[in-house]
Amino acid sequence: MLGQLGDEAKLLAGGQSLIPLMKLRFANPLHLVDLNFVGGTSYVREEAGTLRFGALTRHAEIENSSAAAKVPILHDCATGIADVQVRNRGTIGGSLAEADPSGDWATVLQTLETEVRCLGPKGERTVALADFIQDAYTTDLAHEELVSEVIVKMPGKGSGGAYLAFKRSAPVYPTASVAVQLTMEGDTCKNAAISLGCVGLTAVNATEAAAALRGQTLNDRAISLAMDAAHAAADPQPDMRGSAEYKRSLVGALVKRAIDVAARRANGEQVEVSHIYA
Amino acid sequence: MPEVAEKITIALTVNGKACKANVEPRMLLVEFLREELDLTGTHVGCDTTYCGACTVLMNGAAVKSCTMFAVQADGAEILTVEGLAKSGDLHPLQKAFGDSYGLQCGYCTPGIMLSAYQLLSTNKKPSEKEMRKAIAGNTCRCTGYQNIFKAIQLAGQKMRGE
Repeated sequence: MLGQLGDEAKLLAGGQSLIPLMKLRFANPLHLVDLNFVGGTSYVREEAGTLRFGALTRHAEIENSSAAAKVPILHDCATGIADVQVRNRGTIGGSLAEADPSGDWATVLQTLETEVRCLGPKGERTVALADFIQDAYTTDLAHEELVSEVIVKMPGKGSGGAYLAFKRSAPVYPTASVAVQLTMEGDTCKNAAISLGCVGLTAVNATEAAAALRGQTLNDRAISLAMDAAHAAADPQPDMRGSAEYKRSLVGALVKRAIDVAARRANGEQVEVSHIYA
Repeated sequence: MPEVAEKITIALTVNGKACKANVEPRMLLVEFLREELDLTGTHVGCDTTYCGACTVLMNGAAVKSCTMFAVQADGAEILTVEGLAKSGDLHPLQKAFGDSYGLQCGYCTPGIMLSAYQLLSTNKKPSEKEMRKAIAGNTCRCTGYQNIFKAIQLAGQKMRGE
């Protein structure tokens, strides 16, 4: 259908970003193909050590899914996106396909092993999330392709994560956000992934910050090194939400808090968190 | 030069009444409700998916009707503030907002009542935290929210039959 309609056609998923962009005349598609009437595209399935999300699964469904709750960082993400109304409409597939630098899902899913299934006239293919998102608002999707499913590998035993954002109010994008996923063995961090949102053209994979924790006891020194590395990895734009330096400092503070929660969850503790509001 | 798109026929239920209409595909749901059905209780506040004044329920879920096209509501059940009262009797939420002074200028009130409606449909005794989360997508510039929380709790109490 996209092939017939040509370059000026766009797919409409939850519409919670595309419709506002159209109202601002930042997007002017001649044709919209509404995917919401396609059945069987909204589900959360636990299958062979993975969680599979249909592209049109609403954030609210993930927020209320007991399967997704087994991976706390996914619940943190789903329950913290904007507000009830937006979560009732917005979709995980739409969020990834839009690749907004301020979107929450890419930041969180980057800390897990995530693959994106893409469907097009030539068939289906699976792309690692790191290869799927190429730049701000730019993905690996061909014009005639769409996201059909998001596949997340369930983290193993001893692994825990947390996602924290700093926001001025619920409906707006975060000023900055941080996702941390840790694998712990007692006090020692066996593996770590740290991802920073809203502070780069895409979610920043803070590999040096993660390396500062790997193999270490999570003491003040290790955490401080990770904070410094995250501060350096962030590359924010100054805007009405704050200066670049303000956002870098914010990232450091969020990393510290997220490490604490992730480590406690990795050790089996139930910790409830919510985003921090200015 | 973009051509004018053909109108699309939609059939939906609004406040329990079936309705059919021919709408331009670009027409927003809120425009359809206000301009075609004359249901002007659903307000347009910011028109940017922020303020929640346009909140209605679609199949039981709160949505911002300024961020959906009317054609997307084809086949859906929509509830607006006009559908809350039943045969002249105010809904417990409407009564509670009056009794608790949960409104001042009233512009945000229909949207807030519908967000609260979704909350109370599954949880008639919400905590303050749950209420905050439920109406986080609705902006009120008058009340400071305290009396809104009182109104939601009072409505829940009435709906529990206390």
